[in-house]
Amino acid sequence: MSDKLVIAGREFSSRLMVGTGKYADFQQMVKAIQVSGAEIITVAVRRVNISDRSKESLLDHIDTSKYTLLPNTAGCYTAEDAIRTCRLAREAGLSDFVKLEVLGDEKTLFPDNEELFKAAKVLIKEGFTVLPYTTDDPIVCKRLEDMGCAAVMPLGAPIGSGLGIRNPYNIRIIMETVKVPVIVDAGVGTASDAAIAMELGCDGVLMNTGIAGAKDPIAMAEAMNLAVRAGRLAYKAGRIPKKLYATASSPIEGIIE
Amino acid sequence: MEITVNGEKTAIEEMSVLSFLQKIDIDPKRVAVELNLDILPKADYDSTLLKGGDQLEIVHFVGGGR
Repeated sequence: MSDKLVIAGREFSSRLMVGTGKYADFQQMVKAIQVSGAEIITVAVRRVNISDRSKESLLDHIDTSKYTLLPNTAGCYTAEDAIRTCRLAREAGLSDFVKLEVLGDEKTLFPDNEELFKAAKVLIKEGFTVLPYTTDDPIVCKRLEDMGCAAVMPLGAPIGSGLGIRNPYNIRIIMETVKVPVIVDAGVGTASDAAIAMELGCDGVLMNTGIAGAKDPIAMAEAMNLAVRAGRLAYKAGRIPKKLYATASSPIEGIIE
Repeated sequence: MEITVNGEKTAIEEMSVLSFLQKIDIDPKRVAVELNLDILPKADYDSTLLKGGDQLEIVHFVGGGR
């Protein structure tokens, strides 16, 4: 049965998206991405080190015919910087896909929604496919959808915190509020967090630190792959309602007396 | 003449953006270039001559999550 994730008309088989930061080396990163099954991988845009050209380039290690690169605007604190980064990313890369994030402060890395709206408006006008990182606020998500964003990416918890889905009720309301894909971005610490996001009905999960920061990133990449698929299957299967009291699962008839 | 590349002042002879990238061993396909805050399309690297005082930003993709 086909169960594709569709973003701006493009189909993906995997609902897990992974970042490329914080790995020990390129070999570990490549292996983790491969094991995760992810098809969309996020990358950052940074100045080339002019004085030291010895360092290998990320793109030497990533098969761009196999993966969709999703450049992000990580580290941008103003709409202006984020827009500039997206324009550069489009020129350096191969597509109009950008993960837009405009941060509010260094301590929480929470999004600055006012700057996010400003940047999204300009970028959508310039033809970008905008996937915005946002707070888990249904009103903000709805507004981003109405502006023309291709998905919304509410945080589960602060970036890199590993706290999991702190407000599953908000995520559920977001699911009911918007029609574009909802991708939980940030906060996933372990496999069950990813499964919970998917069981809530989210269309996908994006993570980086949860995998790259694990003691064994490659094993965790596999765990996340399975968790996202298991959570999605459970969501589609339709869980039983929660009840306070027991319900026997064996028939009452024919009990030996 | 002097130009600013990624925030650092650099003395160069007159040359095109493409020649400059080749001189510093950068694959033009792997980068994006901003000249005086405007994106410079790859097709224009060869025909664009650097002038004294130009501000050049050369960026590429690096590992990153969110």
